[in-house]
Amino acid sequence: MKALSKVYNFLIFAFLYAPILVMIVYSFNADKSRTQFGGFSLRWYTELFHDQVILKSLYISLALALLSALIATIIGTIASVGIHAMRGAPRRAYLAVNNIPVTNPDIVTAISMMILFVFFVTKLNGMEMGFGTLLISHITFNIPYVVLSVLPKLRGLNSNIYEAAQDLGCPPVPAFLKVVIPQISQGIVTGFIMAFTLSLDDFVISYFNSGSTAQTLPVTIYSMTKRPYSPKINALSTLLFLAVMALLLIVNFRRSGDQKKEVHS
Amino acid sequence: MKKKILSLVLAAVLALSVLSMAGCGNSGKVTLNVYNWGEYIDLSVLPEFEKETGIRVNYTTYASNEEMYAKIASGAASYDVVIPSDYMISKLIQEDMLAPLNFDNIPNARYIGEQYKGLDFDPENQYTVPYTWGTTVVIYNKSMVDPADAAAQSLDLLWNEKYSGQILMFDNPRDAFGVALSKLGYSLNSENPDEWKAAAEELKKQKPLVQAYVMDQIFDKMESGEAAIAPYYAGDALIIQDGNPDIDYYIPKEGANFFVDAMCVLKDSPHKAEAEAFINFMCKTDVAVKTAEIIGYATPHLEAVKQLDPEITGNTVVYADEAVLANTEVFLNLSPEINRLQSDLWTDIKKD
Amino acid sequence: MHRKSLSRVAINAPYTVWMAIFVLVPIALVVYYAFTDAAGRFTLQNVASIVDYSHTFFTSLELALISTAICLVLAYPLAYAISRMHVKRQSTMIMLVMLPMWMNFLIRTYAWMTILEGNGLINRAVRALGGEGFHMINTNGAVVLGMVYNFLPYMILPIYTVLTKIEQSTIEAAQDLGANRVNIFRRVLLPMSVPGVISGITMVFVPAVSTFVISKLLGGGKTFLIGDIIENYFLGNTGTVDYNIGAALSLVLMILILISMAIMNHFDKDASAGGIM
Repeated sequence: MKALSKVYNFLIFAFLYAPILVMIVYSFNADKSRTQFGGFSLRWYTELFHDQVILKSLYISLALALLSALIATIIGTIASVGIHAMRGAPRRAYLAVNNIPVTNPDIVTAISMMILFVFFVTKLNGMEMGFGTLLISHITFNIPYVVLSVLPKLRGLNSNIYEAAQDLGCPPVPAFLKVVIPQISQGIVTGFIMAFTLSLDDFVISYFNSGSTAQTLPVTIYSMTKRPYSPKINALSTLLFLAVMALLLIVNFRRSGDQKKEVHS
Repeated sequence: MKKKILSLVLAAVLALSVLSMAGCGNSGKVTLNVYNWGEYIDLSVLPEFEKETGIRVNYTTYASNEEMYAKIASGAASYDVVIPSDYMISKLIQEDMLAPLNFDNIPNARYIGEQYKGLDFDPENQYTVPYTWGTTVVIYNKSMVDPADAAAQSLDLLWNEKYSGQILMFDNPRDAFGVALSKLGYSLNSENPDEWKAAAEELKKQKPLVQAYVMDQIFDKMESGEAAIAPYYAGDALIIQDGNPDIDYYIPKEGANFFVDAMCVLKDSPHKAEAEAFINFMCKTDVAVKTAEIIGYATPHLEAVKQLDPEITGNTVVYADEAVLANTEVFLNLSPEINRLQSDLWTDIKKD
Repeated sequence: MHRKSLSRVAINAPYTVWMAIFVLVPIALVVYYAFTDAAGRFTLQNVASIVDYSHTFFTSLELALISTAICLVLAYPLAYAISRMHVKRQSTMIMLVMLPMWMNFLIRTYAWMTILEGNGLINRAVRALGGEGFHMINTNGAVVLGMVYNFLPYMILPIYTVLTKIEQSTIEAAQDLGANRVNIFRRVLLPMSVPGVISGITMVFVPAVSTFVISKLLGGGKTFLIGDIIENYFLGNTGTVDYNIGAALSLVLMILILISMAIMNHFDKDASAGGIM
């Protein structure tokens, strides 16, 4: 039974990693073939770093993820404090609205925002699609995740300390920053990381809401899948995979380091 | 904790600086938004253009005329230069979306052959500078298709049950319906709904035989022998043949689509002069030669034709002669009713 | 008291305004477009034309349900096995489950093309062994595989989370009381893991039923899902841009998902009520 379970686990992981392994192997293919391996080469990595379209979209994706996560974290954290203080129907209403972007399929969120933007562009002749519309749409789907990760932390918050600080003469805003924020910082950081990764990974919402000037990396990757095959896409994937793995390892090591410290102290 | 806040602030500063660079970086320099078909340029000419003129190019691509139209028609995206096909150009002109060109800024347009100017889609030759021309062809793999079946040079090959699962088909309605209409002997620009419905029936009949509906993925699938038969554009057949000597192609005897893709400037473009400079640059002889060499399509640029490998320009499928062209038809803009019918019928075919 | 409520309004203001403009207004616009024609007049035509697409809705539902079921069957044993491992090993395993999720799904789906094609890796291997080769790519089966592959982690994680909360001692107690494997699974594990299963099902079903990319990449443009049709109407790939019908289809999709989630929540309540008994 134990052995059977081991085999089973192995098969599932093989399934999860097979395509990734294939990509990594073929990123070093000297041939341009999708299936034939013609020797080891780094040429697709060199070509990747000379591809302005890919580099630019990577840059836009990173900027977009950072900014949208940051703004969503600020709005979401403040909102969580407000929602935390609410009771009854208003609280339920807020949470219901907060859940709309979480539960709606991506494509519905995407087209609903697209209608809004097109409506503004054509009817009100306001702005044009581009980095601005991407940023707005990413902030919008990021905020609910920040709220969902900060709100539970507020539940465990000791509100007496905040009131005590105010009683001792500290004005509300500094009191909030010095007393409340540190207590919920873990939730804020989790929310930020979640928002950052969701934004970086998003394809559907960016696909419908990017204009002529700003294209995110996933949108560029999608257009690459429609063109003749280039192993560049594999080289890119391999690098992304390594980056993600490194990030996860660092986060994990730091966490286990923190735990050790806690145990020692 | 402090460290974390610090890193957040740092991230913000970084992001903001990145943004300001992405937004209006190198102020004073104009950025031109060029929107073209995928695999339809020698990318090395773009930096050359930037160096020569100081104008930056933001180059993006589309996979079909319809995709391009939807993007510019929503008003959501602003492009300066687009390179659509004939029928889409006449649609854009009818809807007043193109700017008349100032040919004083495009002296190199004189190299473009007269026979490609003033065609139906731009009779006064006011809005366009032709970029490529060609016909649709049937591409097949000699090692997978019985020579006897190919010898007929017919569109029937695309409906031959022997090759079920090995046939690729256009993934855009205009080209796909074009094939079906030709097969039935109807005009590609038919305004008769019954003829369109009959063509849709043909496409429905073909669907079980089709391996996939694709556009530029045709290159890999044909080169690697994943598929045996595909209709596509003549210039691309040449490129595919380079990658696989077993590939051959013919202009179907029932007729084909003769197309011209041309460079245009959109009416809302804030950088008309720069856009014209770009078109002029693309018409420089050496650039036109590079373009023709890399994309394989026939160029309307007469000087470039002289400099190209005679083996290419002597190819009577790519550089089709009068006799061949007599059996081809240019796409015209369809009436809104027929256009809607086409799109509904196409959805119908795909969804079943 | 008055000052306190005022400050509360101030705190909520940015969020309220943002969510109103960018969540509620767009949804309202979807509803508006769904019930008007191109000229802006009220019509039920768009919603009625859904009947024309019932076949597509059915295909989408069918493929999404099959994928969800396969995910559930595949994920449960793995989630259980991980939840019974040593804590340190657990976090490694969960990291291994999550790692592929961090890769963009387009890239991962694209890689499957290389594996499944007629001349792809599987068929090459089969032929090298003297076999016949299979037709896999550009079928509904390939689309289901793409969905299962992409969304499997979404099923593993929530089930794992609830299973870790079940103490080993609970299982041992049941064993001591003479329960066999089947009974432990039926009477102890399953009822207690229902919340995880429910959220796993929703997390797999919703993206699966609304995808338009997986069907395109692995279905060869022959499998048409409801997401594909919505995409076409908004981006004009078929030569027609029609926000009205697109919005109507989106609205129906949204309602469909709300209904299925309500049903799932109902199950959840029933099951947890039963679990307490």
